[in-house]
Amino acid sequence: MLHREAHKDSAIPHSEDKRVVKVRNLQKSFNEKLVLKDVSFDLYEGENLVVLGRSGTGKSVTIKCLVGLIRADAGEINVLGYDVPRLGVTDLNELRKQVGFSFQGSALYDSMTVRENLEFPLKRNLGINNQGELDDRIMTALEDVGLTHAVDQMPAELSGGMKKRIGIARTLILQPKIMLYDEPTSGLDPITSQEINDLIVGVRDKYNTASIIITHDIASARETGDRIVVLIDGVSALEGTFEELRHTKNPELEAFFSYNFC
Amino acid sequence: MERFLIELARIAKFIGKTIRHFFTSFEPRETLNQCFVIGYRSLFLIGFTAFIAGIVFTKQSRPSLASFGAESWLPSLVSQAVVRSLGPLITGLICAGKLGSNIGAELGSMKVSEQIDAMEVSGTRPFGYLVVTRVLATTLMLPVLVVFADVIALLGSYMMVNMINNSSFLLYFNEVSVSITYLDIFSSLIKSAFFGFAIGVISCYAGYHTSGGTSGVGKAANTSVVVSMIFIFVIDLVSIQFLNLFR
Repeated sequence: MLHREAHKDSAIPHSEDKRVVKVRNLQKSFNEKLVLKDVSFDLYEGENLVVLGRSGTGKSVTIKCLVGLIRADAGEINVLGYDVPRLGVTDLNELRKQVGFSFQGSALYDSMTVRENLEFPLKRNLGINNQGELDDRIMTALEDVGLTHAVDQMPAELSGGMKKRIGIARTLILQPKIMLYDEPTSGLDPITSQEINDLIVGVRDKYNTASIIITHDIASARETGDRIVVLIDGVSALEGTFEELRHTKNPELEAFFSYNFC
Repeated sequence: MERFLIELARIAKFIGKTIRHFFTSFEPRETLNQCFVIGYRSLFLIGFTAFIAGIVFTKQSRPSLASFGAESWLPSLVSQAVVRSLGPLITGLICAGKLGSNIGAELGSMKVSEQIDAMEVSGTRPFGYLVVTRVLATTLMLPVLVVFADVIALLGSYMMVNMINNSSFLLYFNEVSVSITYLDIFSSLIKSAFFGFAIGVISCYAGYHTSGGTSGVGKAANTSVVVSMIFIFVIDLVSIQFLNLFR
């Protein structure tokens, strides 16, 4: 299983050429309700960016806009040099092959075993049909998440934490340049949450993957984030390191911190 | 009315997308797998109901023909009824219930648990894999199931006739083969392919656009069955009007 190393120094200034995601003035509404009003942030190579906020502030909508699962109403989204709102189907698929998405509910294919879940993207995206090569890649991905013993189990036989880890393994197997984690620790006990946090940091350290972690869990934000963007009512209102934000005078943020650490 | 027309336009767009993906992302292995699931696993239910339908139809038709002294026309009447209408209709309705609910619920639960989104964001083109394969399988398998249902229904009918008259198997099926035309068989197969296409498209559409959690899955399964059945009757009606031009 991947183990965390010392956190990278987030105070290192980021250069433009290492930027992998650029979001500016993102807006999205559903049935007249403006969910994202003005969201802007950047993500750099090898960086873990946490998007923190209360439920319903548009965190998940934001990362779904990044991979074209939801079409933004306005704003600029540039991922790995692709201008996402203007991408055609073919280019969008090319981009998606370079971005891993770990869903809140894991989204494992429940009619397939763990092995088949991991084989599926390899066969269809990379065209690998050699069973030896498939097995090698599958076992490497499962070793990364510490679940080699679950290879022939069905998703229904796995616990919530195991499902999350298999979901992450399924995205890691394609060696993405960017990982998007949607509420990776929601619904998990503190120990399993800590294991997932360690895994997220371990992925960054081993593969130099840039990641966006969507969460409302302050502990997870502290553990995984090099930098944090806080969404308040659909606006990216605050940005900084965990310690910087902790000492920021903002009523909503103070309430958030005091509730989580009371 | 406006909502109905919008929904029809969306289904038309969905059909267009299905046809386009058939040419751009055809999945032979998964199509074969779906043919097995949809065709082979429906054989018992189709055979069982067709056998009973053959018996019941023969039993109920015989007294009317006997009162005119036309009992010898029974094989001819039954075979035309079975091949032209009863076989395709029974098979279509049973498949609408069995396959429609199955496909609608399966794709619906995949949608609400974000499994389809997971395929989408990994760039694996789920539409070709999930929709085109199922629509193709229902379109190809319905005619096969109809032929199977026709044969079993006629066997049931013969069994009934044999129990009453102790008539010969060869004589019965000779009468059957004389009374059925190529047009009957060909039109029945084409019609059942349309039934299969309708079941596949409607069920996939309902499942693929499910929203609202588990209640949405139930609604998708229900919509698949009800709308497929309505379309089967509409296609049957249209095909009869069309075929009358050739008879």
